[in-house]
Amino acid sequence: MELMVSIRKQLRSFRLTVDFTAANEVFALLGASGCGKSMTLKCIAGIETPDSGRIVLNGRVLYDSEQGINLSPQKRHVGYLFQNYALFPNMTIRENIQFVAGGTSAVKAKKVQENLARFGLQELADAYPLELSGGQQQRAAFARILAADSELLLLDEPFSALDGYLKWQLELELGKVLQAYHGAALLVSHDRGEVYRLSDRAAVISRGCMEPAQETKELFRHPQTLAATLLTGCKNVSSARKIDAGHIQATEWDLTLAAAADVPDDIHYVGVRAHFLELRTAPGENTYPLEVVQVIEDVFSYLLMVRRRGSQGKAIRWELAKETWENCQRQSGALYFHIPLEAIMIMQG
Amino acid sequence: MELSPLIITLETAAAATVVTFFAGIGLALLVVRMNRFQGLADAIITLPMVLPPTVVGFFLLLFLGKRSCIGKFLLQWDISLVFTWQAAVIAAVIVSLPLMYRTARGAFEQLDPNIIYAARTLGVSEWRIFWHILVPNARAGILAGLVLSFTRALGEFGATIMFAGNIPGKTQTMSTAIYAAVQANDYDLAFAWAMVIVVFSLVFVMLMNWWIARSNKGAAIWN
Repeated sequence: MELMVSIRKQLRSFRLTVDFTAANEVFALLGASGCGKSMTLKCIAGIETPDSGRIVLNGRVLYDSEQGINLSPQKRHVGYLFQNYALFPNMTIRENIQFVAGGTSAVKAKKVQENLARFGLQELADAYPLELSGGQQQRAAFARILAADSELLLLDEPFSALDGYLKWQLELELGKVLQAYHGAALLVSHDRGEVYRLSDRAAVISRGCMEPAQETKELFRHPQTLAATLLTGCKNVSSARKIDAGHIQATEWDLTLAAAADVPDDIHYVGVRAHFLELRTAPGENTYPLEVVQVIEDVFSYLLMVRRRGSQGKAIRWELAKETWENCQRQSGALYFHIPLEAIMIMQG
Repeated sequence: MELSPLIITLETAAAATVVTFFAGIGLALLVVRMNRFQGLADAIITLPMVLPPTVVGFFLLLFLGKRSCIGKFLLQWDISLVFTWQAAVIAAVIVSLPLMYRTARGAFEQLDPNIIYAARTLGVSEWRIFWHILVPNARAGILAGLVLSFTRALGEFGATIMFAGNIPGKTQTMSTAIYAAVQANDYDLAFAWAMVIVVFSLVFVMLMNWWIARSNKGAAIWN
């Protein structure tokens, strides 16, 4: 699979600008709801038309505003998994699959059997979509997409309508579908966990603006922008300015931080993930006397809102294991929190 | 009792309903897909439902009568629409069309657009989408529109009497027959025709309810 997308579209309150190429990989667009990521998928599928640009799939031009090419959705051969699965309510699961399968009746029958079996739907074949659970409907929708022989798989928030356990079951099943596409698909989601677990490369979209794509793990480790930092789940961001090559003033936190690498001149923000703070009993580099503003007990951890003692800075969220916090409460003596050098994320825009 | 009003009524209503059925669904689809002037198109199609039937009849005379452009054009072949059986059908179509159009449109608009998008991305042609997805899933609304427009055509009076007249054996329907009977002080005859219309309408509306109930097995949330 090779997909090239470069489109512009004016939406109600912002302009959608998307440029990327994806090869045989799971490519993810990570963004908050209403950022234009579903619109991007709809433009690729031909359900919506961009204002300008070009979309090419496996060498076939699907859309080109300059050449005046705009293939109908029927001719694009792009499988779209809708959030609500969009099964045809007047047809049984078998009929849903049969209705979209191409070829002679023998070929059709084979495709129906194959895909019912692939997703363990044989016993539900004669049920109507409304009689199925959300998870079963999703399996049926996958079976239907595979029977239609599409060349590309588009996943629009595939698991967002489901609860925790089921969500996980289906995420595991997605593996089967991806195999049929040689591991290639386009995923849009607001769920960073989903993107991290499922995708090979990812890009962040915020208010219609797509940032350059990166290896997913790299994007989460070193997000380059404020939008990317927040969307990849960082809870702590402060505006920042450079002091010298090795030091940053985190203005909102009211902290002076030592940095591992050269600090760029145009640093705008600094971030640190809530898991990466450490508890210390003695002062040191990037180690500050602890003042706990608030303690919130979570399921498996404590969430502490902390700041440097005596400062009026914005509190930093710190997530630590229950044991660790319970132990240190029993200690006498002063406590410090430490921000490790490698945990500091520097953002330039 | 001369039975011709019953036969003429059933014939005109049946013919009118066939036309209304297809035109109403077609117009509903057309208007649902319009990006501009949707409100205007909707208002024009709905107008005959809210105007006094005499106004509809008057406009039909004006646009299709012997002195109109279309009337003069048809006269070249010695065709005149006014005071004919066809005129009764045209009048019934115009007044029943808004009912078919509105119920069909409401049914189409209630469909989940993702179902249609999904069908398109799965390669299903627009024609197959229409017959196998749109129509079956809007079935209840389409059936309701069909029965409502048929019963409306059965009872049509004002536009018919103005445009098709009240010629016994030719254009006299049950409702115009009642009017004629009352004018002739024949209350027994008027009562007989009135009862026939009431029974017919009741049966058709009950048939519609039964039909719709059967096609919406799952949607018993109000019981």
